[in-house]
Amino acid sequence: MYRLTGVTKRYTRGKETVEALRGVDLTIEDGDQLVIQGPTGGGKSTLLQMIGGLDRPTEGSVELDGVDLARISETKLTRLRAEKIGIIFQSFNLIPTLTAQENVETALVPLGVKPAERRERAAEALRSVGLGERLTHAPSELSGGQQQRVAIARALVKKPKVLLADEPTGNLDEGTRDDIMALLEGLWHEYGLTFVMVTHDSSIARRAPRLATIKAGRITLTEQGGGQRYAHAQQAAAHSTQPQQAAAHTAAQPQQAAHGRQPYVEQQYGGGQGH
Amino acid sequence: MFGIYLKRELGRRKKAALVIALGLALGIALVITVNSVSAGMTQAQDKVLKSLYGLGTDMTVTKARTAPASGSSGGPNFKFDAKSSSSSTQSSDRVQTQGGQALKSSLVTKVAGQKGVESAVGALSLDVTKVDGSFTQGKAKSSSGSSTSGSTSGQGQPGGSSSSGGAPQVQGGGANFNVNSYSVVGVDVAHQGLGPLSTMKITTGRTFTSAQTGAKAAVVSKSYAKEKKYKVGSTFKISGTKFTVIGIATPDSGESDTDVFVPLKVAQALGDAKNQVTTIYVKATDSQQISAVKKEITANISGTTVTTSADLASTVSGSLSTASSLATSVGKWLSIAVLAAAFLVAALLTSSAVSRRVREFGTLKALGWPSRNVTRQVVGESMVNGLIGGALGIALGVGAAYAVTAISPKLTAQLGNTGGGGAGGGPGGGPGRQASQNTLEIALSAPVSLTTIALAVGLAVTGGLIAGAMGGWRASRMRPADALRSVA
Repeated sequence: MYRLTGVTKRYTRGKETVEALRGVDLTIEDGDQLVIQGPTGGGKSTLLQMIGGLDRPTEGSVELDGVDLARISETKLTRLRAEKIGIIFQSFNLIPTLTAQENVETALVPLGVKPAERRERAAEALRSVGLGERLTHAPSELSGGQQQRVAIARALVKKPKVLLADEPTGNLDEGTRDDIMALLEGLWHEYGLTFVMVTHDSSIARRAPRLATIKAGRITLTEQGGGQRYAHAQQAAAHSTQPQQAAAHTAAQPQQAAHGRQPYVEQQYGGGQGH
Repeated sequence: MFGIYLKRELGRRKKAALVIALGLALGIALVITVNSVSAGMTQAQDKVLKSLYGLGTDMTVTKARTAPASGSSGGPNFKFDAKSSSSSTQSSDRVQTQGGQALKSSLVTKVAGQKGVESAVGALSLDVTKVDGSFTQGKAKSSSGSSTSGSTSGQGQPGGSSSSGGAPQVQGGGANFNVNSYSVVGVDVAHQGLGPLSTMKITTGRTFTSAQTGAKAAVVSKSYAKEKKYKVGSTFKISGTKFTVIGIATPDSGESDTDVFVPLKVAQALGDAKNQVTTIYVKATDSQQISAVKKEITANISGTTVTTSADLASTVSGSLSTASSLATSVGKWLSIAVLAAAFLVAALLTSSAVSRRVREFGTLKALGWPSRNVTRQVVGESMVNGLIGGALGIALGVGAAYAVTAISPKLTAQLGNTGGGGAGGGPGGGPGRQASQNTLEIALSAPVSLTTIALAVGLAVTGGLIAGAMGGWRASRMRPADALRSVA
C-alpha cells in the first residue's frame, strides 16, 4: 500500500524555483488502479517519479508498505525498484542494441537471476504479451505496439508489486492503443498489481475507477466506480496470449465504457487540505 | 548480460567505436614508431662508437697532445733519386705514427695494472703516404735550329723556356707521380679480442695467430682490398718491406678506419717507433665504473688523454646525431601531443556517446540497475575500444617501424676529433682522407622491442580507462528519472 503524505517537490532552475508538487496526500491500496491526468507541466510525471522511487520529494514522505522511499538509502531504493516496481514509458525506452529477449532480461539482471533462467523467464514473458515469435528481433525491427509489448514484458517479468506507466499509449495509434490498454488492464487484474498510470488520453482516463487530476502541483481525486469495465478487461486478459483476439475485443470498448459510465463522485484530496 | 550488452553495443555502433579506436591507434602507432626509431638511433650510435673502439672497449688512452716542436715535424719529406736517367719510375713511402704522438709500450702494462681495469691492449696507428711516379730530366739542347718544346704533357717544365741567346737550353724536364695514403695499424696479435681488429669480421682467409708477432703478414679491410685488387695471398710493400695478405676483413658497421692490419712489432719497426703505441684500448671490470677508472688512469699516468665512449658520443655529429636528437626531442613531444589529443578525443567522444544515451542509462537505473553496473558497462565498452585501438595502433606502429627498417635510410655520423682539435698539427698526409675516415654511414633500423609493445598495450588500456572513467562518471551521475525524459 502506498501512502503519500505532504509530498512537495521543488526544482531549482537557475535562480528560479519551480514547485512541481505542493503537499500531495494520496493513498493507493494494493491492487488498486489509479490514473493520473492533468495539463502538461502540472506535475503528473513528477508524482509518478515519487511513487516509482525514481526521485525523492523535497518534503513529505512516500511510503510503500511502510517503507519511506524518501528516507531509505540509494542502494535500498535501487533494490526496491528492481524488486517491486515495474515501469512502462511513453517512448518504450528499450535498449536499441539489444534483442527483445535481452531487453526483457535487463529487468532480471539486478535481481541476480542466473542467465539460463533469465532467458527462459524473458521468453515466457514475451510469449505472454504475444511476442513469442519475436525474441531475437531488435527494437528497430518491431512496430511501436510490439515495442511497447516488449516494454510491458520487461516491466512484468520480475513479477513486481507495482506497475507504473507513463503515457504508455502516447506514441501509439488508436488501434494499437486499445490493444495495449486491454493487455495492461488484463495483466493488472491477472497479477493483482497496484497500477498507476499517467495519461493525456481522456478516453483512457474515463475507464479508470479512480482518477487523480494534477494541476499546478495540486491533486484532485475522482472516484469513478464502475467494476463492469473490468469485466471486459478480464476477458481481454484471458485472451492476452492471443493479442489479435484481444484487440478485436477491445476495439469496441470505448463506446461501451462511455455508455456504462457512472456520475462522478468528486472528492478533494491533498492539495485542498492544509497540513 | 555484461558481455552480451557489450558485444551488441560495439557491434551496432561500429562507426563510433571505430572513430575512438582509430584516434587511439594513431597515437599509439606514433609512440611505437618514435620509440623504435629512437632505439634504432641509439643502436646506430652504439655501432658508430663500437666501430671506433671495438666491442668491449670502454675507453682508450692516447698521448695528451702537446704543441709540436717548431720545424721538427713539418710537412712530409720525400727523397727521390735525382741522378737516375730520364723517365725512371721511382717510389717512396713515408711512414709516420698517426698524429705524430706515441706512448711507450710499457704504459700498456701500467694501464692494465690500474684499479678497475680488466685488460688493456696497445695498438700503433701509422699513416703511410706513398708517392710514386716518373721523373723526366730536362734535356740540354744547343741554340742552333728551331726550338721545339720538349714535352706536351703540360707538366712542369723547369728549364723549358726558350731564349734567343745562344746558351744551351734545358727542355722537357717533368715529373708525373701519384700520392696515395693509407692507414696501417699494428695490433697485438696475442690479444685480438680487444682493440682495432675486434670490430672486424674476417670474411676471407684468416686472422693472425698469436705466434705471428713478427710475421710479415697483413689483414686488409675489404674496401681497401677492393681498391687495390688484393686477394688472400697477394703481396705488397710498405717502405720496402714485403707483406702477404692473409685475410680480408669487413667492419661490423660502416667503413673501416684502417686499411691494413699488421702485427704490432712489425708496425713498430715500419714506423720507426720501437716500443711505442698510439692507443691503449681499455676494458673496465665494471661498465658502471668507467668514469672512476678514467679518473684513476688520468691521475696515475700523466701525459695521457683518456676517452670514454660517453666522451665520444658527445662528439658524434652529422645526420645521425641530428636525426637522433630529432627523434628524442621532437618525436617524443609529438607522440606525447598526439597521444594526449587521442586520449582527449576518446574521452570526449565516449562522454558525448554517454550523453546521447541518457535515457538508456536512466532506464537501466529505473529498472533497478545499480550505478556501478551502468558504469561498468560504459568502462567495459571503452576498454574494448581502447584495446581495439591498441591492436590497430600496434599493427600500424609495427608496420611503420618495419617500413623504416626496410627502407633503412642512410645516416652519416661524423666523429669529432677528441684530442683537442687540430691544435697538435696533424701529419701532412692528407687532410681530406683524415676527414673521411671519421665519417661513418649507418643504415637506420627501427627495432620494435617487447617493452615498446607492452608500453603500447599499457597506453591502450590507459586510453580506454581515461575515456571510460569520463563516460562512466557521466553515466553514474545520471538519475533514474532521466528515463522519463522526452528527448529521443
